[in-house]
Amino acid sequence: MLSLDLIFQQIVTGLALGAVYVLVAVGLSLIFGLLTVVNFAHGAIFMFGALAGIRVLEHTGCFLAACIGAIVVSGLIGAVSERFLVRPLYGRGIDYPLLLTFGISYVLVDVARLLYGREGLSVELPEAMQGGIDLGFGYFPLFRLALIAFTLLLLTVLWFAIERTRWGLIIRAGAHDPVILRVLGIDVSKVWLVIFALGSALAGLAGILAAPLRGATPEMGDGVLVAAFVVTVVGGMGSLVGAVVAGFGLGVAVSLTTLFAPAFSELSLFICMTLVLLVRPNGLFGRASVLS
Amino acid sequence: LTAKTNIQIASSTVPLALRARENTSLWLALGFLAVLPIVLPYASLAGTILIMGLFATGYNLVFGYTGILSLGHAAMFGGGAYTTGLLMGHSGMHWPLAVLAGCVVAFAISLVFAALALRTRGIYFAMVTLALGQCAYQSAITLADITGGDNGLRGFSARPFQIGPWMLDATQPLTRYYLMFAFAAVALFGLWHVLQSPFGIILRAMRENLDRTRACGVDVRRAQLIALCISGLVCGLAGGLYAVHLSTVPLDTLGYHLSGQVVMMTLLGGMGTFIGPLIGAAIFVGAEHLMADITPYWQAIVGVLFIVFVLFCPKGVWGTLADWRRS
Repeated sequence: MLSLDLIFQQIVTGLALGAVYVLVAVGLSLIFGLLTVVNFAHGAIFMFGALAGIRVLEHTGCFLAACIGAIVVSGLIGAVSERFLVRPLYGRGIDYPLLLTFGISYVLVDVARLLYGREGLSVELPEAMQGGIDLGFGYFPLFRLALIAFTLLLLTVLWFAIERTRWGLIIRAGAHDPVILRVLGIDVSKVWLVIFALGSALAGLAGILAAPLRGATPEMGDGVLVAAFVVTVVGGMGSLVGAVVAGFGLGVAVSLTTLFAPAFSELSLFICMTLVLLVRPNGLFGRASVLS
Repeated sequence: LTAKTNIQIASSTVPLALRARENTSLWLALGFLAVLPIVLPYASLAGTILIMGLFATGYNLVFGYTGILSLGHAAMFGGGAYTTGLLMGHSGMHWPLAVLAGCVVAFAISLVFAALALRTRGIYFAMVTLALGQCAYQSAITLADITGGDNGLRGFSARPFQIGPWMLDATQPLTRYYLMFAFAAVALFGLWHVLQSPFGIILRAMRENLDRTRACGVDVRRAQLIALCISGLVCGLAGGLYAVHLSTVPLDTLGYHLSGQVVMMTLLGGMGTFIGPLIGAAIFVGAEHLMADITPYWQAIVGVLFIVFVLFCPKGVWGTLADWRRS
């Protein structure tokens, strides 16, 4: 029966799902905000982070090492893609980089099949993360709570880095006007490289964090990419606040739909998106000017 | 001066040479499709190329000519395919009628796309169409009782039917090919007509400069809506023919990979050219067919091919050939 406990539990599950959405969508937004590239390989990089991370976990038995492995591998994929494939396309419109990253995702998925097998890899939670914890109003799985807490911490650090440091100043200026930034003597292409790598690393990290919840297959990126797009559309393109609010919100929406109308759990994302588009075509936190 | 007279002036200033070349494009396209099953070892492979070519040509109307990137066109293709399959299976409808019904449903789907996605612009449009396409995919899984879910739609076949003295049996590969060719020829002729009309010139104007076209007094959103619907109609036709061709409708016909593949085919052949998408479809389907025999990792090879084309040959095979011939 529907008890309050059950609803709380679904909300926590939803927030954990939302945390994954947020990490992927923030990377996507960051890359789009600075480079105006919609990275279609983001889902594939998410998947690569998960599979590479699991391999590291198998060798070391340490979940932290797995996370670092995922960050390094996905960050490198992002950096190499930006430097050698996306960079020649700057100034050639918005469609070509998008199509290029689509091609990259095709290659990455098949490379993952080659390296890790078609069935993918499964992962055991580290012992410290198994089991649950009683919070007074219900019993919750520890890993999900840790995932939510970690994501919030990471977002705080990211916010601080962007709003309060010299590096963040450069990033904000780059999003505003890259030409002036170059005039001021900053190598913009280096900033872009770093941002692409950073966004990809966030996706890879999200991948290894999501792997214990859903397993890891070469195709796992598809659904996440689409979800991240929905999050970006709902939150507003290029808005980090929007991505965070929409990510957590949609995660909870999906998981509550699973409770009340299981058949529609996958569709609820799109229903939310449709409703937002009808009321606010630019997304909840979007500005019209970003589009053009 | 009203918008209409403006456009009429514009259409009359299109160089006659351009029209003549487009005219040869149509005959080239039809000729290409007509000889395809004779040149290729299997008529069924030719059928797949014809269907994908028609799909890409319909898609090219929005991507190549109107300049809007949709990533959800599998919804129109799959919508047409599922409708055709369901009508043939459940009510035993003759397949040509079922295919036409598939076009109508695809048209309705593109209206929904237009109503939602055209509220946004540019890259946003691409993301919304992708999500809407995925919504169609998930709906097919949710309604597994009707659609067969992951297994796809099965259990229907194209009954032969009689027109005058001729018995037309679509289970014969070659007969089926030329019956499908008849449908495709009508669609290609219609598309060609649209592209030559003043409306076709509006489409190209929107691609070149949306703001300026709007300033000329064109209702750009309405024009985009019409383009999307015509495109949906053609893509639905291709989907319906696909159901007849395979006698089954795989779930993949709604998947976002197909939406991506149609972009690839259009780009490979040459976006914004009439015959380009057909050539792109032939290359893509041919490459897939050959690679699948050699290696299970054909997807990576297709991906590399696509990356190479985006980087070094963004105008596609036909676009590059045309440039080369002009200079």
